[in-house]
Amino acid sequence: MATAYDNAMMQKGCQKEVGVPVVAVKELCKAFGVHHVLNGISLSVDRGETLAVLGRSGTGKSVLLRIIIGLEAPDSGSVCIQGRNTAGMALDRMGEIRKSMGFLFQHAALYDSLTVAENVAFPLEHHRRDMSREERDERVRQLLAEVGMEGDFGKMPSDISGGMQKRVGLARALALEPEILLLDEPTAGLDPISSGEIDDLILKLQRERQMASIVVTHDLHSAKTISNHLALLDKGNVVIQGKFEDLQKSDIPFVMEFLKQS
Amino acid sequence: MSAQKAIAVTGATTPLPEQQNRSVESTAGFVGKKGNEFFEWFGGLGIFSWKVIKATVTPPYEWRELIRQLDEIGSMSLPLVALAGSAIGVVISMEARYSLSRFGAKSMFPATLVYSVIQVMGPIMTGLIVSGRVGAGIGAELASMKVTEQIDAIEASAINPYRLLAATRILACILVLPLLTLVADACGLLTGWFAQTLVEPLSFHQFIESGFQGATFNAFLPPTFKTAVYGLIIGLIACFQGMRTRGGAEGVGRAATNSVVLASLFVILADVVLVKFILVFFQ
Repeated sequence: MATAYDNAMMQKGCQKEVGVPVVAVKELCKAFGVHHVLNGISLSVDRGETLAVLGRSGTGKSVLLRIIIGLEAPDSGSVCIQGRNTAGMALDRMGEIRKSMGFLFQHAALYDSLTVAENVAFPLEHHRRDMSREERDERVRQLLAEVGMEGDFGKMPSDISGGMQKRVGLARALALEPEILLLDEPTAGLDPISSGEIDDLILKLQRERQMASIVVTHDLHSAKTISNHLALLDKGNVVIQGKFEDLQKSDIPFVMEFLKQS
Repeated sequence: MSAQKAIAVTGATTPLPEQQNRSVESTAGFVGKKGNEFFEWFGGLGIFSWKVIKATVTPPYEWRELIRQLDEIGSMSLPLVALAGSAIGVVISMEARYSLSRFGAKSMFPATLVYSVIQVMGPIMTGLIVSGRVGAGIGAELASMKVTEQIDAIEASAINPYRLLAATRILACILVLPLLTLVADACGLLTGWFAQTLVEPLSFHQFIESGFQGATFNAFLPPTFKTAVYGLIIGLIACFQGMRTRGGAEGVGRAATNSVVLASLFVILADVVLVKFILVFFQ
């Protein structure tokens, strides 16, 4: 059965490009003290694909994203971004690679001393110094309009709700036209209506921009809506990967329990 | 013989060998743990300093943020430093007048006030005031950014947080401290003269001429510019404490407190070294 994502892609007339994965993680291991959060994870995402990484709380899903963006270094394994191994890469060398990536943090991580517009403009001010002030302001207006926040330029992050902060965080993540989008629990803490709105927004952006996306979530409904490929983690291992139908057909006890409780 | 039987037989009330051993072990363990933490802290500070130095000397430079920090740190501290300088001037004036009168050396009052304020009290008091006000502010601000993942967001946006956050603040502290010291000195001399004039009229012109008679630049410039080292200490420790914070709100409070305490302590220790350095090389 086609997911909402597949339908959206078919409407757009998109063809899935087959080739070198944009993001490829191989045999990734990470431990914090005696607690092993990742035990040899291998995943890959192509351009135009969205991979949802599911699992219980504390199973290393967010750590996986942090390793991919370079905020944590893996103990072993490789992380290939557009063909380059970035595992353990130095801060300055990661800079160029990070410009092609957008990251939405679980709690949005907006800069609380800056307004909504200044938050979205922040990456542009540092990396697009060729843009004039008017061009930058126009770009910020476009980004905020895309996420439905066009009327809130001058507000501070503390003045807006959690769902609105996520939207602004998403606009900021898209500021540099990334080819890879990483989303850490985009609907966490939101009510069902707001969650649905964020899901629709993510789906719309994927349809328009054809990015390679990795979404970490424990929300199975959201994962089904916005992704075409799922991976379920447990105790640092990938228990199962595939489409949602593959998970439904699985007879692995953990998978059955996870689907039952979701 | 078991411990309990030994107590019953001997009626002993002093610690028995097993208890003494456990006490020694726990003390040794405590000292060892604190020693580890002590060296880990210095090691972490060294690594942090190296990252900041590398970030400072490689482009792109964050000039706008530096100017913003110069304004913020300078304006945050100016009223407090001016007030403290004024109070110190009055206190030294009263104490010097009393002491010098006892020795029949009242004519030395202007020079005593000038040298006391500019060479000693002005710099160290400015350093301690700024380590409290600015150190706590920087420590708390960066700690709050750390626990809310804002620093991670900066790094994920391909911006070097050591350059944007730490280097700018440290440079601003280095540049602003000598200027604030000059303000403190000026306020101290002014109020010191004023306090003296209320008791024994003395023209300001006469006060300045007497006070600076025979003085050279070496007497006053090194003590003022040594506060740039204080600025380095305050900025470095506050940024380090802030950017390594863990533990939510409690961690933020701890970072702010530790920034003030450690910065103040190291400013005082640095003063001991710098005073000797100045005496050897400049006077």
